[in-house]
Amino acid sequence: MKIHEFQAKELLSDYNVPIQRGYVVYSSNEIEKTIERVQNEFNSDAVVIKAQIHAGGRGKGGGVKFCTSTESAIDSANKILGMSLITHQTGLEGKLVNQILITEALNIEKEFYFALMFDRSKNADVFIVSKEGGVDIEEVAEKTPDKIIKAWVNNETHSLDDAVNTVIEALSLNSFKNAFEIFTNIYNCYSNSDCNLLEINPLVITEEQKIIALDAKVDIDSNALFRQEKISKFHDTSEEDPLELKASEYGLNYIKLDGNVGCMVNGAGLAMATMDIVKHHGGEPANFLDVGGAANVDTIKNGFKIILTDPNVKSVLINIFGGIVRCDRVANGVIQAVKELNLNVAVVVRLQGTNAKIAKKILDESDIELISAETIDEAAKKAVGLVS
Amino acid sequence: MSILLNEKTSILVQGITGSEGLFHSQQMLDYGSNVVCGVTPGKGGETATENNLPVFNSIEEAQKEFLIDATVIFVPPRFAANAILEAINQNIGLIVCISEGIPVRDMKKVKSALNNSSSILIGPNCPGLITAEESKIGITPGFICKKGSIGILSRSGTLTYEAIDQIVNVGLGMTTAVGIGGDPIIGSSMIDILKHFANDDETKGVVMIGEIGGSMENEAAEWIKDNFNKPVVSFIAGQTAPKGKRMGHAGAIISEGSETADAKIKILKKCGISVSKTVSEIGETMLNLIEE
Repeated sequence: MKIHEFQAKELLSDYNVPIQRGYVVYSSNEIEKTIERVQNEFNSDAVVIKAQIHAGGRGKGGGVKFCTSTESAIDSANKILGMSLITHQTGLEGKLVNQILITEALNIEKEFYFALMFDRSKNADVFIVSKEGGVDIEEVAEKTPDKIIKAWVNNETHSLDDAVNTVIEALSLNSFKNAFEIFTNIYNCYSNSDCNLLEINPLVITEEQKIIALDAKVDIDSNALFRQEKISKFHDTSEEDPLELKASEYGLNYIKLDGNVGCMVNGAGLAMATMDIVKHHGGEPANFLDVGGAANVDTIKNGFKIILTDPNVKSVLINIFGGIVRCDRVANGVIQAVKELNLNVAVVVRLQGTNAKIAKKILDESDIELISAETIDEAAKKAVGLVS
Repeated sequence: MSILLNEKTSILVQGITGSEGLFHSQQMLDYGSNVVCGVTPGKGGETATENNLPVFNSIEEAQKEFLIDATVIFVPPRFAANAILEAINQNIGLIVCISEGIPVRDMKKVKSALNNSSSILIGPNCPGLITAEESKIGITPGFICKKGSIGILSRSGTLTYEAIDQIVNVGLGMTTAVGIGGDPIIGSSMIDILKHFANDDETKGVVMIGEIGGSMENEAAEWIKDNFNKPVVSFIAGQTAPKGKRMGHAGAIISEGSETADAKIKILKKCGISVSKTVSEIGETMLNLIEE
């Protein structure tokens, strides 16, 4: 689960990590007094207005403004709050800015990149840092990979010492007495908050020689939210695709894509493989949808509802491997769902596994128009053929 | 021969009184698995399944009456890591965790505990393993399996079934199928399982099914090139998956270039491994390779 910059900074602040200070504004009538408050409390005439959306690339898209006067700050804040911000991660329709963060302006001497995540191949948490901060780190990684330093936490002893010392060395922070403590605190924040990723870009050194987190991006392990009461409240449903949100309410795993062949499959791996074979036969999948292990009438009905909300869908491919779930039951579920929902798109069904033959007979003999197929290959060809 | 599991393997079920645990314990018994007892804390003294298997409060209690070779875990995700740790503590040789949704931080602890133990963990978030016509641990449908010569190893549940079905339908049959799980941190990697298949005389070839996310397939490919002499057919799911989106499995997310399906397929091919173009050609590809 992604959270906003101001929420991520709040988490860091809870662990005594110095952050660029500021306040969040949700409506335009709070703008003036909040700017004044930031100026007075943090003794900073200049302020920074930052759009709070989950997507990256906010600065390039015009969602972050450094303002040297009160007038320009008010002007920028009013422009950014409520704007539709387009970045390389939002898509062309952009993302509505529902809240902005107004912060103090700092006198920046150096900008670093900092991140903590889990390295699956080394089976250990890894610090990733670079002296090339404040820029697109993927570009740095591609053009000058030697400028990115990685330091792994010892996964036997769980001692941070070596990794943190490597980070301090890499960023030439040896003269900063509190650097060790700050990096340890960031790690504790990352670990105790069940973060998949904690990224600070940039982490800065100010002219006053202070280490400060200027930005923060955090992704939380959704499976751990049951024990993260505070973070659970950070969930911003307006940041999610409405269809994906609706699907998760049904207990379905749905991801919208750009094609026109809707896919309904049990199991994540088979669902991906089904999308792939649609593409292989010249079609474009409209979605990823995993209806889970226990496909029944309700899950299939809900799956149809979600898929068909997407106006691009011209045909639906159902691919179920019936293991514990018997295919004849799935077949009856499909027929019932199609009848109840009055579908007006072509549906291709491939059921394999327990009672697959009986299921095919049920489908072939039903009075509704369904196209049955025996193999995934045949099913995908038929589903693609119907839309081209 | 087979790997990890045969008809004699004595099995304990952790979470035997829950609905999933109970249902699948019965399915395992019906398949012929040697399930001997179960554990549910607080329910010691009860019995479960049509076979009236005894239920204990802990693995330690169960071990006073039974010799346990393997355990299978069907407990809710927030308690599952502790269930694994309990099994490690009791020196159970084979631990299979079906539960999906265990927090990554909990699995880091499990991984450290495993490093200092002799236990093998399969999963979590997996269908378990099945040795055809002998025994199954987990939720794989037994009736699709027929004895033969191909080992199967996969990160995905239903893709494992799909592969078994195709391997059986082309007439090759299978030895053991192992679903290693779709989470970012799992107990046994592809290489770990390949090592078992390498030592099994009955296994003449291996189907290895991967997906986007992580780099396990890439490491397995390099390892196969240098160490594995049996034919391998691979398939990688997720060629059409967008970057940065979690595709159902917690571990199926592309965060860098080397984690895409295309990058993995390239490395597999470079290492001389046959890659099935689509999911429907896994069986045929293996048949062609074996007949060569």
